[in-house]
Amino acid sequence: MKILIPIKRVNDYNVKVRPNQANTDVDLNNVKMAMNPFCEIAVEEAIRLKEAGKADEIVVVTIGDDKHQEQLRTALALGADRAILVKTDNPVQPLDVAKVLAKIYAAENPNLVIMGKVGIDGDHNQTGQMFAALTGLPQATFASEINVDGNKVEVTREIDGGLETLSAEMPAVITTDLRLNEPRYASLPNIMKAKRKPLEEMDLESLGVTVDKKVSTLKVESPPERQEGVKVETVDQLVDKLRNEAKVI
Amino acid sequence: MKTLVLAEHNDTNLSAATLSVVEAAKQLGREVDLLLTHNSCTSVLEEAKSVEGVSKVLNFSHEKFSSEVAEDVAACVVSVSEEYDFFLASSSTSGKNNLPRVAALLDIQQISEVTDIIDEKTFKKPIYAGSCIATVQSSQEKNALTIRTTSFDKAPNSGGSASVEDKEVPEADTRKSDFVKNELTVSDRPELTSADIVISGGRGMQNGDNFALLEAVAGKLNAAVGASRAAVDSGFVPNDYQVGQTGKSVAPNLYIAVGISGAIQHLAGMKDSKTIVAINKDEEAPIFKVADYGLVADLFEALPELESKL
Repeated sequence: MKILIPIKRVNDYNVKVRPNQANTDVDLNNVKMAMNPFCEIAVEEAIRLKEAGKADEIVVVTIGDDKHQEQLRTALALGADRAILVKTDNPVQPLDVAKVLAKIYAAENPNLVIMGKVGIDGDHNQTGQMFAALTGLPQATFASEINVDGNKVEVTREIDGGLETLSAEMPAVITTDLRLNEPRYASLPNIMKAKRKPLEEMDLESLGVTVDKKVSTLKVESPPERQEGVKVETVDQLVDKLRNEAKVI
Repeated sequence: MKTLVLAEHNDTNLSAATLSVVEAAKQLGREVDLLLTHNSCTSVLEEAKSVEGVSKVLNFSHEKFSSEVAEDVAACVVSVSEEYDFFLASSSTSGKNNLPRVAALLDIQQISEVTDIIDEKTFKKPIYAGSCIATVQSSQEKNALTIRTTSFDKAPNSGGSASVEDKEVPEADTRKSDFVKNELTVSDRPELTSADIVISGGRGMQNGDNFALLEAVAGKLNAAVGASRAAVDSGFVPNDYQVGQTGKSVAPNLYIAVGISGAIQHLAGMKDSKTIVAINKDEEAPIFKVADYGLVADLFEALPELESKL
């Protein structure tokens, strides 16, 4: 079985991102970049399926400029076999990403596509669902458990009321939630080995996808700050404030 | 052109989130229709007809909707899409699952988690886990929006008199997932996203058993119980308790954070609450920066005392 893992380069999740001075975009100068945490979970899940003997090839793909090689090399160091960089210097929005991935899917013919449920930058939570729509594949989003059995995959999903289990015949699309697994770190020998694993590059234009900026950003601001309130000394004072000042109980 | 809202329900009631989406939809200045997929849930259909501001309910009733699969819902939306130039759903797990599938089938770049509708092409939405607010503009003729429900009031679910149009349920023309089972959390507490008061516990609760202390206070206040991601990841409580960027967004009248340090991703899910109380023994905890009332105390002493005084 072959697994395709689309990944995204984003800010390191520990970094608090702020608007730039002109308030036209976020300021990513000197911000440490990393693989999106939900994508790391997708890579980890694929590696576990390979270790369990259920998958034999893991292909990672991303879209962006040359710097995106870093995250592909990270995925290779973790255990992916092969990487594809679809090159473009322009930002791409989820629908365009889904269209590009649909082309890669057609060329690669994987049995399973696992991807992060959301990028922690744009907070879109769209690409997996859109990709599934464009390829006509079954979708199982927000996975906290994946069980592959023959040509079927059973996915437990985190939904608002609790958990839901879906079953789909492969090929299928799964997006990962936080509790699916805890990703490993790459070992130094594997980081060295990853440098020799194949990384194929292609231009986005060569795939015949027209990138189309359908939504533009006019302004980026900091959210309104909440005023820091007061400290109370005792539970009695707290109850009094809630009853008589805030009048919320 | 009109606005279509994807309704959510639990087979008995319309979801409170849907009422907020209808309220947001009204701001677009078009007729608002509600698309309802269900399996003979007459009470939900009755409630849908009564939502103030809804012109028509598109009634997709079918056995297969005893559970909801995105592929089927998307096929229903696409089948009626010609009359609409706006497609709205809530930013619940259901809306997030369904609407992008619809959007892609209609070649629409969706805008997620809209918190403010400035005009029919311009919207505000949080990015980077709420660290920044982006104002975005669409150049598309048709648009799909998921709505951050805590940013909008709820349309009343009475007083309306929408017509009902029974619709043929189309077959999804793709392969699809099959529903296997649900494991839903059963609670007699109010639902987290619509409760007036929410009390949440974090890593400071130390284990799942100690959540009984929160439950006791919640019982007195008729509050919902929530949790931080740290508490969920530690296995104290199930995932559906989680408040924050990757969990639920809540904006109750009163939010009580107990043993929660206040990581940015938690704040993103609760900082629109009207009054925030923080109880934490670490007086440097960032949660105090957003709290109206802070109590530096050991929660194991403070919670039983709070319960006894309510």
